[in-house]
Amino acid sequence: MLKVSKWNLFFIIVVCISGLYFILPNFYGKSEVTALPSYISKKQVNLGLDLQGGSHLLLEVDTRSVLKEESENLVDEIRSVLRKMKVKYLNLGSKVTGAVVTIKDEQMVSPVITELRKSINKQILIENEGNKLSLLFSEKMISDSRNRTVEQSIEVVRKRVDESGTKEPTIQKQGNERIIVQLPGVKDPDRIKTLIGRTAKLNFHMLDKTTVELAEQRGKFPAGTFKALNADPTAYEKEFLVKKRVLLTGDRLKNAAATVDAQTGRYVVAFEFDTKGAKKFAKITTENTYQRLAILLDNRVISAPQIREPITGGQGNISGNFSANAANDLAVLLRAGSLPAPIQVLEERTVGPSLGLDSIEAGKKALIIGFMLVIIFMIIKYRVFGFVADLAIIINVILLVSMLSAIEATLTMPGIAGIVLTVGMAVDANVLVFERIREELRSGRSIINSIELGYKYALKTIIDANFTTLIAALLLFNYGSGPIKGFAVTLSIGILTSMFSALILTKMIVSLWVLKFKPNKIYI
Amino acid sequence: MNINFYKYRIFAFVFSTAILLVSTILFAYKSLNLGIDFKGGIMIEAKFSETPVISELRKKIENLNIGNSEIQEFGDPSIILFKLENSSAEKNTNLIIDKFKESIGTEADYRRVEFVGPKVGKELKIIALKAIIFSLIAMFIYIWFRFSGWQFGLGALIALFHDVISTIGFFSITQVEFNLASIAAILTIAGYSINDTVVVFDRIRENLVKSDLEFSSLLNKSINQTLSRTFMTSVTTLLALVALFVFGGEVIKGFVSAMIWGVLIGTYSSIFIASPLIILFGYKYNKG
Repeated sequence: MLKVSKWNLFFIIVVCISGLYFILPNFYGKSEVTALPSYISKKQVNLGLDLQGGSHLLLEVDTRSVLKEESENLVDEIRSVLRKMKVKYLNLGSKVTGAVVTIKDEQMVSPVITELRKSINKQILIENEGNKLSLLFSEKMISDSRNRTVEQSIEVVRKRVDESGTKEPTIQKQGNERIIVQLPGVKDPDRIKTLIGRTAKLNFHMLDKTTVELAEQRGKFPAGTFKALNADPTAYEKEFLVKKRVLLTGDRLKNAAATVDAQTGRYVVAFEFDTKGAKKFAKITTENTYQRLAILLDNRVISAPQIREPITGGQGNISGNFSANAANDLAVLLRAGSLPAPIQVLEERTVGPSLGLDSIEAGKKALIIGFMLVIIFMIIKYRVFGFVADLAIIINVILLVSMLSAIEATLTMPGIAGIVLTVGMAVDANVLVFERIREELRSGRSIINSIELGYKYALKTIIDANFTTLIAALLLFNYGSGPIKGFAVTLSIGILTSMFSALILTKMIVSLWVLKFKPNKIYI
Repeated sequence: MNINFYKYRIFAFVFSTAILLVSTILFAYKSLNLGIDFKGGIMIEAKFSETPVISELRKKIENLNIGNSEIQEFGDPSIILFKLENSSAEKNTNLIIDKFKESIGTEADYRRVEFVGPKVGKELKIIALKAIIFSLIAMFIYIWFRFSGWQFGLGALIALFHDVISTIGFFSITQVEFNLASIAAILTIAGYSINDTVVVFDRIRENLVKSDLEFSSLLNKSINQTLSRTFMTSVTTLLALVALFVFGGEVIKGFVSAMIWGVLIGTYSSIFIASPLIILFGYKYNKG
């Protein structure tokens, strides 16, 4: 018998009230919502990057370069061990994850191995084939090194993004060696991309007294020097002859800031070393007074000043030919430190604020018009029942948006399409029921009986049919990225809310109506 | 209303075979207009204050010497969509985008800049394929369990393939860009099509219990009984989709147009393909 259970009614009321509770914060701005009283939910639907504008970057850390460096260090260690033992060797060289060497005297192989075991990392595997030794990093060392490199890179990227003044960035690791960076509402994504991508290795060297020109005329570079380009290609001095030895690195920097030099009126980057760095810097400047220092950023000379007097305070200026922005960016890079390995941008998706606004407008318009079309059509087709179904659609959308807010889901443009689509498809469950009621009426059953049977028979079909759509939505969620995930989320929640509104809510309304007014005839 | 759908099955099979053939041939010869999601490359949407002359833009881009490019109007004459395929030696996309902006003009409003590296493009392709294949398998298994008899599962699956392949044909003939959103469209269409099919199958199953009609008539009766619902749902879904198509903006137009096609073809296939196939596969049921 068709009846209205109090518990059912209670359940519906609770669901609808919590729906209103969770949808409410969306009518306030981000700043207004925090000012609301504590008993009001503050969870809002987040706008995806495609709606609010912003950048999504997928970065890959070249962790192999660190392993290569570690391999080269291993080669140095092996060399010093062999020299100490006065053992003759051949073909000492690094591999991607280790080193190889051939010992001339086969008798010496096992003492060499014993000695190497003592002085190098215990986790390095030493194998020999006759007098050929190979030293390989263990799997664990490789994965540890990779993890460390990626973690450090994330730290540096986070510092750089924070320093650049981006609000609410998301920076997270993906897979083994990738980083996802999401920058909502960024005005100048190009600048941040450039900031993120720089390795920013700052090294202090001394310049050689010879110039590149002279060395090239002689056809021979002085021992222990190399040629480095000027970072500013428009400068008068294009190339420098730099001594290979690194005297000091940017790791020892405590602070850096862009300022204007009082004398020249130009932008400079003032830096400050930590205690250890300051001591070293004092020593360097004392020993090399009147010579030229070379400050290299990623192997290009950004400044080559002459040391006029010993600098003991641990402070100094880098005066390249900087614009205000360039000086600022360099200061950010120096404060955040250098990346342990080069980073490559694999994927970028940037949406400007104007497109985001246009999309929101278009989405709203499409939602309202699609909504109206469906509502009018339902009333024309089903009259009173159409009205009930329309009520269900409206509550359905309210519940859908409130659930999206409650889980603080991200709404994307495809997500809005998902809502519009849900409006169209949510009607389906109601239509299934109504058509069934109509059939039962035609076969001569009473109104109350038909309604009861209509809901009963349609139930199974509705669950079956929605389940398959849910499968598609869940797979989309699993495999989709960004905007598509947003579509999958709204679609799946839409399916759940539409089942609630069709099977529980409209059933209640229809039952109440029929029991109250006891119509002799219903149009359906 | 009582239409003898079963009678038209031969026409339907011929019609569908033709659609599938055309789709396959189109796919083979005309291929798809792959977006940068799968092909890799750079896509830039720019809005100009004055309607630009496309041939001039083309010249400017050719001067950059970075490889093939596509330039098209995007919904409005002042909005241009550029697709660049970077085949130059410069692998730093940042620099290429900078160069591009310099030559096209920095005062334009760059509404969208997307770059997908070749590595990611390949990965996305694999992910997309996986998503489609797994969802087809999952749906097949569900139908198989839910309805006794593999004929139901296979009928639904073939109808599903029919819809997916003809939707790919749709992308090929219209040359609507095929991207990640297209995959979402295909999966949603698959869900919708199965949804329609399940409603008909459910009715067949219900009728099997209480009716002693011959199976082909029973099938017809079931389709007719659910016809009005099938029609209604298609209409409301199409109403929502048309609103999205007209007002939803240029970015999702491709996605929505594929969905509209999918709803039409999905509705057709659940009536004319999925159900008659059950008989073709020799489904027998024990009367009484």
